[in-house]
Amino acid sequence: MSHNNMNLKLKVWRQKNANTTGAFVKYDVNDISDEMSFLEMLDVLNEKLIVTGEEPIAFDHDCREGICGMCSLYIDGKPHGPWQANTTCQLHMRAFKDGDTITIEPWRSNAFPIVKDLTVDRGAFDRIIQAGGYVSVNTGNAVDGNSLPINKDDADASFAAAMCIGCGACVAACKNSSAMLFLSAKVSHLALLPQGEPERKSRVLNMVAQMDKEGFGSCTNTGACEAACPKEISIANIARLNKEYLRAGLTAE
Amino acid sequence: MLNSKIPAGKLEEKWVDYKGHCKLVNPANKRKMEVIVVGTGLAGASAAASLGELGYKVKAFCFQDSPRRAHSIAAQGGINAAKNYQNDGDSVFRLFYDTIKGGDYRAREANVHRLAEVSGNIIDQCVAQGVPFAREYGGLLSNRSFGGTQVQRTFYAAGQTGQQLLIGAYQALERQVALGNVTMHSRHEMLDVVKIDGKAKGIIARNLITGELEKHFGYAVLLCTGGYGNVFYLSTNAMGSNVTAAWKAHKQGAYFANPCFTQIHPTCIPVSGDHQSKLTLMSESLRNDGRIWVPKNLDEKRKANEIPEEDRDYFLERRYPAFGNLVPRDVASRAAKERCDAGHGVGTSKQAVYLDYAAAIERYGKIEVSKQGLSNVSTEEITAMGKEVVKEKYGNLFNMYAKITGENPYEVPMRIYPAVHYTMGGLWVDYELQTNVPGLYALGEANFSDHGANRLGASALMQGLADGYFVIPYTLGNNLADEIYNTPIPTSHPAFEAAEKAVAERIQTLKNINGKQSVESFHKRLGKIIWNECGMSRSEAGLKKAIADVQALKKEFWSDVRIPGEINEYNPELDKANRVADFIELGELMCVDALNRNESCGGHFREEYQTPDGEALRDDENFMYVAAWETTGEHQWQLHKEELKYEVIKPSQRNYK
Amino acid sequence: MSSKNMFTSSVGKKLVMAFTGIFLILFLIVHAGLNACIWANDEGLMFNKAAHFMGSFVVPRVLEIGLFVGIILHIVQGYMLTLENRSKRSVGYAVNYAKGSKWYSRSMALLGTLLLMFLVMHIYHFWTPSRLGGMAGIKSLTVFDKNGVEYHNLYAEMKLVFENVFVVILYVLACGSLAYHLAHGFQSAFKTIGIHNKRYHALISTIGYGFAILIPLAFAMMPISFYFNLVK
Ligand SMILES: Cc1cc2nc3c(=O)[nH]c(=O)nc-3n(C[C@H](O)[C@H](O)[C@H](O)COP(=O)(O)OP(=O)(O)OC[C@H]3O[C@@H](n4cnc5c(N)ncnc54)[C@H](O)[C@@H]3O)c2cc1C
Ligand code: SF4
Ligand code: FES
Repeated sequence: MSHNNMNLKLKVWRQKNANTTGAFVKYDVNDISDEMSFLEMLDVLNEKLIVTGEEPIAFDHDCREGICGMCSLYIDGKPHGPWQANTTCQLHMRAFKDGDTITIEPWRSNAFPIVKDLTVDRGAFDRIIQAGGYVSVNTGNAVDGNSLPINKDDADASFAAAMCIGCGACVAACKNSSAMLFLSAKVSHLALLPQGEPERKSRVLNMVAQMDKEGFGSCTNTGACEAACPKEISIANIARLNKEYLRAGLTAE
Repeated sequence: MLNSKIPAGKLEEKWVDYKGHCKLVNPANKRKMEVIVVGTGLAGASAAASLGELGYKVKAFCFQDSPRRAHSIAAQGGINAAKNYQNDGDSVFRLFYDTIKGGDYRAREANVHRLAEVSGNIIDQCVAQGVPFAREYGGLLSNRSFGGTQVQRTFYAAGQTGQQLLIGAYQALERQVALGNVTMHSRHEMLDVVKIDGKAKGIIARNLITGELEKHFGYAVLLCTGGYGNVFYLSTNAMGSNVTAAWKAHKQGAYFANPCFTQIHPTCIPVSGDHQSKLTLMSESLRNDGRIWVPKNLDEKRKANEIPEEDRDYFLERRYPAFGNLVPRDVASRAAKERCDAGHGVGTSKQAVYLDYAAAIERYGKIEVSKQGLSNVSTEEITAMGKEVVKEKYGNLFNMYAKITGENPYEVPMRIYPAVHYTMGGLWVDYELQTNVPGLYALGEANFSDHGANRLGASALMQGLADGYFVIPYTLGNNLADEIYNTPIPTSHPAFEAAEKAVAERIQTLKNINGKQSVESFHKRLGKIIWNECGMSRSEAGLKKAIADVQALKKEFWSDVRIPGEINEYNPELDKANRVADFIELGELMCVDALNRNESCGGHFREEYQTPDGEALRDDENFMYVAAWETTGEHQWQLHKEELKYEVIKPSQRNYK
Repeated sequence: MSSKNMFTSSVGKKLVMAFTGIFLILFLIVHAGLNACIWANDEGLMFNKAAHFMGSFVVPRVLEIGLFVGIILHIVQGYMLTLENRSKRSVGYAVNYAKGSKWYSRSMALLGTLLLMFLVMHIYHFWTPSRLGGMAGIKSLTVFDKNGVEYHNLYAEMKLVFENVFVVILYVLACGSLAYHLAHGFQSAFKTIGIHNKRYHALISTIGYGFAILIPLAFAMMPISFYFNLVK
């Protein structure tokens, strides 16, 4: 196994809070092992900053294994950094080489206001789910799990959409700041299952309305979201959402 | 003194009876009653949603930016339920029995039986919510087998079962938010329980964005705050997982039970250096096909693939011929540690063993050849076919391994090492999930209740959802029925003011230390102490030393920690400092508990108590009890014992040879 | 939400873009088909007849109104969407995300603007004179066929316009814009109206790319043919 240590230059967006303007600040980080994860590299920098009396860089993270959707970071012009189908927390320093300059920016979208430095507020996603991203079934109402067989392909497709981790990279990647990949993943997840059927129409109409209210842009099918999505959520879901929307809109009372 | 409130009657009728006779709160009164739920993992989200549906006014809290990110999201393998869909002889009793046995006879029979009883309902509920479980071609639910059982009862959604279950519960929660029954407070950290007349009546929470302290009243406080594995610094838990909520409850009088019962999972990606911030689990399922070995020679210099068969030691197969690589987690972990301690470890750190897929690849390749009726196939072709099969079964895990280590696990054996994964210990609760502080409840991993000294795979998800969906709605009502005569207490009450002041002062004290060392560096040092002395194996001398070390660390922390930034702003370092301060205190209690338990059982292995061939030696005579600790002062605890009575199952020694 | 604002939501606005876009795609087929008559090598007779038919019958005239409405909707909505979408990110990135999508899919507004500029010129060149009369510089506005029926001599107009090499170049460039606009627009429109089935979508993509190449190529060949006297 190789142990290449490298020296890097970082250009990091620093911003005290939502009400101030921010700017890029340059840092040198030295002796970074290529076995480190990207966030561990930032940990190293932060430890250094703390000891020298500076404020560490704020960034969101929690599980550090690519599933909670908490980490973000727009690294060198791509959400979640250079690797495909990957979250920032799983990006490793092997992706870079000695002497590189790495630019780190927060997710940029008015619907995701900056909290501090690289941390943004993604509460809009929760509110979109509140608008209809669920099946209205109270605890205790359920029938036996096997009483309703579901075609395996549909179940698998539904699962593939349900894998969305709500990270917001799709919004960050989209030139329109559209949340359609996120939204369509939820609409597809539920539209593909019989359990989602009763609320199918109201769900899509209400969720789209909420998305608009939150200030996301509209989808122009560029495909940037799909390319940046760490869970490879397919853009075909957006087309499915459109169909659901059209159907619901035309048949709504 | 400790009343576990287990209903009388036959084991299988206790819960039914309880439900039939428990007191109820009428809908009009529920609407007037505020309930606080801290935590939105499987336990918290399911509880908050269910209570909201019942009409309670719920306030839910989590420290992440969204309830959907609770650490339950990371669970991979699956969730158990006694559905017997496979017709392979499963039943409520068998699930109950397996869980008790897996826990090495240190769990409460009545709780575990209830868990098994409601397990089926959980699956039904989740399916109804639209959780896309794996299915067979016929459209019915699929099951897989898991460690410690002989039936297939584990429901799963690829390697993302926890995610799918949590999304289901999260959506149910968000629906209640939309309906106005639940108010969600994300990026809020609970920093104290407020007690009035001995009862829990609210919490103090810090808004992590603004740094402001908030007072919240509730007729009851439910802690669903997860496990404390991060006391080890390195664990498979999320970075933010913490003991703070449970610890504050403990400081307010709630007993902490069996803190030394922690689970070390055998198959994790090993530590690669000092920079390491967390460990990643590789699903237990990998042990189904992989073979675990170390080089026989000390100081082996050759690469794994160059070491011939005769120089390899398949130590699990050697020591446990009957179960081989599939022994339970605690046994597998200890065996790996034993080999590494003896100097046979691999990799740069020498703290790893090989998990080898070469044999499986060859075996699957040959099966493919005969399946397809081919002849004259070269070894390379067989290998290629075998790799395809392995890829289909474990592809996502292999990818994850490759991403983290930069090695190709199809070509070279993976390196794995045990890592902290789960904590069986937690707040002591009675049958109703209420701690000894009235009005204060603990659900999910935060309580100690169902897994004894070792948890079986796929049963934590089950427990979290059982507690939240099917237990608390009844038991909370039973207690709140007596509270309807009490009017809500305004948060201007002196008790709230005093609690808030105390929290503010503590934060100010922390901030004022203004020392030289970072919070993280203390956490790392704490982790090393606990891992070395209260990890996979423990000894009297080691534990005593650890207690002294932790006490010294505590002193140093409170005199030399440095927290940058301000109090009244978003300040992750401050959040971390609060948590690490509590971990340090918990670390000491863990060692105290481990020192007290002069036996080996489940995940707790005391070197002094083992059989001649190195297996755990239980002492049912003297230690068949739950150790519930009450804090009585700094560095001081009093032990309360809850005797465990086995009325249905007869405890026996576990044997996997 | 009710069906009332079905076309005013973000998805609804895109539906408008898609429906008008598909309508314009259909128009392009008709337009290209008609114009292909110039290659009949009959001094434009067939072409003029076809053009006359389009100009003098009710159905095509009504459709023409629809066409104008469609174009205007497409343009106005397109600009509004672009402005709106841009306003969603007040602070931009220092490094743009270029790898995730095709440049032309991100540049529909720019390509559309080029097409709009072309359209103005194009209308000035052909539509105004043919519908409103007044083909400057052409001696005989009309031609007669064997039976003495009178037609506008659009063919002559084309010949004249495409004598100018700059005009030819502008037209060819416009066809390039059109090609890229279609390369994204064609399949995007179908996605927007909900074609999600992978097989259909693959089919539509293929047709879309073919269309994006063939139609603009055909159009581009027209000025070139005139300029190099390839048609008689
Ligand atoms: C990698 C991994 C894989 C696993 N795989 C499996 C598996 O296959 N099967 C299985 O059964 N189990 C598995 N487990 C165990 C299981 O996932 C957990 O035990 C279970 O999900 C815990 O759920 P919980 O609701 O109790 O807590 P968590 O999901 O941990 O939720 C804790 C909640 O509390 C909140 N919180 C904590 N402290 C505070 C505070 N002070 N203030 C406010 N909020 C707070 C957090 O924000 C969070 O919302 C796995 C665990 C790990 C780590
Ligand atoms: S669709 Fe993909 S990029 Fe968007 S939130 Fe979900 S996982 Fe993240
Ligand atoms: S930190 Fe959880 S996905 Fe990256």
